[in-house]
Amino acid sequence: MSKAPSSLRARAGLLLALVLSTGALAEAPAQLREYCPPGFELTDGNRCELRTLYQNYDSLQYAGVGGPRTGLPSARDGFSPQQIDLGRYLFFDPLLSADNSISCASCHHPDLGFSDGRARSVGIGGAEVRRAAPSLWNVAFLQSFFWDARADSLEQQMVGPLYDAKEMGSSPEQLLAEIGGNATYRALFRVAFPGSEGPPTLEQIYYSIAAFQASLISLNSRYDRYAHGYHDALTDNEKQGMNIFRSFVARCAECHTPPLFTNQQVAVIGVPEPDGRRLDEGAETTSGNPGLRGGFKVPSLRNIAKTAPYMHSGAFDNLRDAAEFYTLGRGHALPEEEKPRMTVHWHIWEPELADHELDRLVDFLATLTDEAFKPGIPATVPSGLAPVGVIPEALGPKPTIAGLNET
Amino acid sequence: MGKKLLQIIVAIALLVAGIVVGTKFAGDNRATVVGDASRYSNATGSGGLLTRSVGGSSTGTVHDVRDGNSIQAAVAAAEPGDVIRIFPGTYTETVYIDKDDIVLSGVVVNGQWPVMEGNKELNDAVLYSGNDITVENLQIQHYKGNAVMGQAGNNFLIRNNNIIDTGVYGIFPEFGTNGLITHNVLSGIEDAAIYVGMSDNIHVTNNEVFDNVAGIEIENSRHSIVENNYVHDNTGGILVFITPGLPIKTTFDTIVRNNFIVNNNTPNFGIPGSTVAGIPAGTGILNMAGDQTTIEGNVITGNKVIGILITDHMNAPNVTLDPGADPSSDEIAILDNMMWNNGYDTIPEIKALKTLELVDGNVEILNVGASANSCILDPDKYITVGLKSFGTCGFATTADVSTYLLDEPAQRREIAAEDMGKRAYYGVCAGCHSYNIKMVGPPTQIIQALYMDNPQGIVDYITSPTKKRDDYPEMPPQNYLSEDVRMAAAEFMLQVKQ
Repeated sequence: MSKAPSSLRARAGLLLALVLSTGALAEAPAQLREYCPPGFELTDGNRCELRTLYQNYDSLQYAGVGGPRTGLPSARDGFSPQQIDLGRYLFFDPLLSADNSISCASCHHPDLGFSDGRARSVGIGGAEVRRAAPSLWNVAFLQSFFWDARADSLEQQMVGPLYDAKEMGSSPEQLLAEIGGNATYRALFRVAFPGSEGPPTLEQIYYSIAAFQASLISLNSRYDRYAHGYHDALTDNEKQGMNIFRSFVARCAECHTPPLFTNQQVAVIGVPEPDGRRLDEGAETTSGNPGLRGGFKVPSLRNIAKTAPYMHSGAFDNLRDAAEFYTLGRGHALPEEEKPRMTVHWHIWEPELADHELDRLVDFLATLTDEAFKPGIPATVPSGLAPVGVIPEALGPKPTIAGLNET
Repeated sequence: MGKKLLQIIVAIALLVAGIVVGTKFAGDNRATVVGDASRYSNATGSGGLLTRSVGGSSTGTVHDVRDGNSIQAAVAAAEPGDVIRIFPGTYTETVYIDKDDIVLSGVVVNGQWPVMEGNKELNDAVLYSGNDITVENLQIQHYKGNAVMGQAGNNFLIRNNNIIDTGVYGIFPEFGTNGLITHNVLSGIEDAAIYVGMSDNIHVTNNEVFDNVAGIEIENSRHSIVENNYVHDNTGGILVFITPGLPIKTTFDTIVRNNFIVNNNTPNFGIPGSTVAGIPAGTGILNMAGDQTTIEGNVITGNKVIGILITDHMNAPNVTLDPGADPSSDEIAILDNMMWNNGYDTIPEIKALKTLELVDGNVEILNVGASANSCILDPDKYITVGLKSFGTCGFATTADVSTYLLDEPAQRREIAAEDMGKRAYYGVCAGCHSYNIKMVGPPTQIIQALYMDNPQGIVDYITSPTKKRDDYPEMPPQNYLSEDVRMAAAEFMLQVKQ
C-alpha cells in the first residue's frame, strides 16, 4: 500500500489546478448507457451476452483452440450495460492513480491497440516498469493475466497496476476515498449496482472495470472473414503467410493457436532483453517452477500490428524482427550463463525460414487487425479530470503541462 | 529320372502356352464382377466398417488434376462433396483445404503414382482445417514440415499414402475428433511418423512406419486405438504421451494391440530440444504420463533397450512439469504380448535399476515412477523392473472394442437460423448499427421501417451497397458472409426489439 512520494503529490496538485484553470472540468456524466456495447445482446436480467459467428463452431474438449472454424474459449460476459459503461468511465479516469495523472488508458490506449506503443510502460512520475503493457483486446477469453500469468482474473490482475508504486501508485484507501468522495460516482454506482447501499466498494470498482475490459471484442478481421469461408478476404501473399504461420516448420500456430491466436500457456522462448537489461525470470518466480525460467504467457496476436514494439520488454520494434527471432536458432539470444539453466520450449528450433517467408508472415499478421468495436473515450469523466490523463508518447508530443516532466 | 524331367518340361510348356493363350485370347476381363459383394459381409465385426463416419462423401463433382496442373487450383474450385483426382505426375506445391467434405484422391496408373515433391523447400504438402476430409493414394516426399497436417478438422480419413522424409512429421492431425489413419507407409521422419496430437476418437491401423525417430505417437488425446501396424527400425516404436505445456492436458483410454514392434534401434536423429530427442534408441513402446493405456497382443522383438517402458514426467528427460497435467502413468494394463529378445543392450539407467531390484537377464518391461491401479496379466512371463505395484489384470482382452470411431460424423450440427442471424447481427452488424442510436450506420429502427417484411431487400443491399445517405458513409459490402448468413442476419435485424 504505497503512498505516492510527496513530490508527486505536489505535481498532481499542479496538474489538477491546471486542469481546473483551463476549464476542462466540463459537466460530469450523470447517466449510464442502457444498451450493450457492440458484440453483445441485451438479454433478460439486464445481461450483456456475447454473440459471435464463432459460436457456430465447436472446439475439442471446449478448449477454444484449433483451426479457423473452431469455437472460442468460454468468455467472461453477462455484465449489465450500466456496469460496462461505469467501467469505461473508471478506465479513462486519472482519478484512479495516486497523483491523478494517469488512467488505465495511459498504458492501454484504444488508439494503440489498448497498449501504449512503448517497450516498457511508464507509471506515475515517469517511472519505467519492467515489462510492456499487454493489449486488452479479447481479455474476456483469457484464463490468466500478466506476462508471467500470475493472476487468474481481471479483478486480481488490476490490483497490480492500481497499487504498484511504479504504476498507478494508488491504494485501496485512496481509491475508496476518491471515488466515494465523488458525488457523480456515488450516483453512478447506485445505478450500476441497484440495491446496493452505501459508498462504492472495492469489489464494485474492480467488477465495473472488468466489465468494461471484457467488452473489448475483436473478432471481425479480414482473417475472420476467411475463416468463416470467404476465401477472397485475403490476398495470395496473405494466404501464403497464413500457411507459413500454421505450418509445422514455422510452428507459429502451435502456440498462437486460432481462433484467439494464443493457447494461453506459458512458454520459454529465449527472447533477449533489450539494451543490455538483466534477464527477466518471468514465470519461474511466480510459479516456483525452474523449468519456466524466462517463461512468459503466449500473447494473442489479434490486433498485433497495432501494438509494436513486441515481446515482454519490447525487444523488437517491428513484426519483421519479431518473426525473424524464431528462425535465428534455438536459444541464440540467451546469455551464455543462462543456456544451461533454461529449458527452451520444444517448438523453438531452426525452421530456416527464407526472407520472403518472413515477409509473408508479416503480411498475414496484419490481417488480424479489427477495431470495429473500439469504444469511444468519454468526453468527460466524473472526476472532472481530463479523460485518459497522460497520453502515450506515440500519440503525439509529450504532455505540454509545464512542470510535469521536469525536475 | 529322364522321364520325370520330360514330364516337368511338358508341364511347363503347357503352362506357358496357357498363359500365352490366356493373355492373347481372353481379352479384358475387368468388366466381369467376380465374387458376391456379401462374401465377407458377416466378417466386418460388430463395429461395422471403420470408414463409415470418416472422410469425404464423394457426392459432388469430380475434378481431375494432371501433371502440370495445380492441385490447389482444383481445391479452390471445389465445393463440399467434391472429389479431386490427382493423376500421376510431380506436384510441387502446398495444398491447403479450408472447406468441408473434400476428397483428395491420387490415381495410381500402371504403378505410376502422383508425387507431391517438396524439394526440401516447401513446408507442408497438405494442410487441412475442414471436416470430412480424405487424403489418399499419394506419394509425398521431401517436405520440411509435414506430409499431411490437420488443424481442427473432424472425421478425417488418411490412407494409402507413401510418405518419405517429409520433415518433422508425416501424418499429423491436431485438434480433431473422429479420424482414421490406415494403410500408409512412412519413413525417414525426424520426429513421429504418425503423430496424433490433442485429438479424440482416433484409429491408427495397418500402417508401416520405419526409419523414423518415433513410429507412432498418441499425444494429449483420448479414446485411441493403435493396432495392426508394422513398426520397425525406428528409434522408438509406439509412444503414448502427455506432453506438458499444451492447452489440452490429458491422454487416456489408448489401446495398443496386435502391432509388430520390431528392432526399433535406429540412432536418434531427432531435432535437439524436441521431446523425442530424449528417447533412447532401442525402445519398443513408451508410455509417458498417459492413463488407461492397454497393451495387448503385440509382437515386440529385438528392441535393444527395452520392450515396454512406462514413465512419469519426473523421470523423463527434456520435460517441464505442468501443474495442469497429471504427471504419472496410471491404470496401465499389460495383457498378453509376444515379447522376445528385448533389452539386450540397454542403457546404464536401466542397468542400475536392475541391480537395485537384483534382477538377472534382459529387462523387457520397465516402470519408473508411481503408477496407480496398473496391472499386468501374467507377471511371471517377462523379466520386469518396477512393476511391484502392478496388480494382476482382471481382464484378458480388448477384443470387444473394435473401434472408438464414432457411429456418426462429429460436428454435423444444424444451427438454427435465429441463432445464426443473432450471432451475425450482434457479432458483425452491431459494429455500425445500434437499435435506436446513430452510430457509423443508421439505427436498426430506421432500417426496420424501410424494409419491413423484405429481408431479401436487405440481403441485396448489403451484398453490393451503394451510397444512400449524405450523413452516413457508404456501407462496405458484406458479401464475405455466406448467402444464408446474410439472410439470417437480415431476418433477425427486422425483428430485433432493442
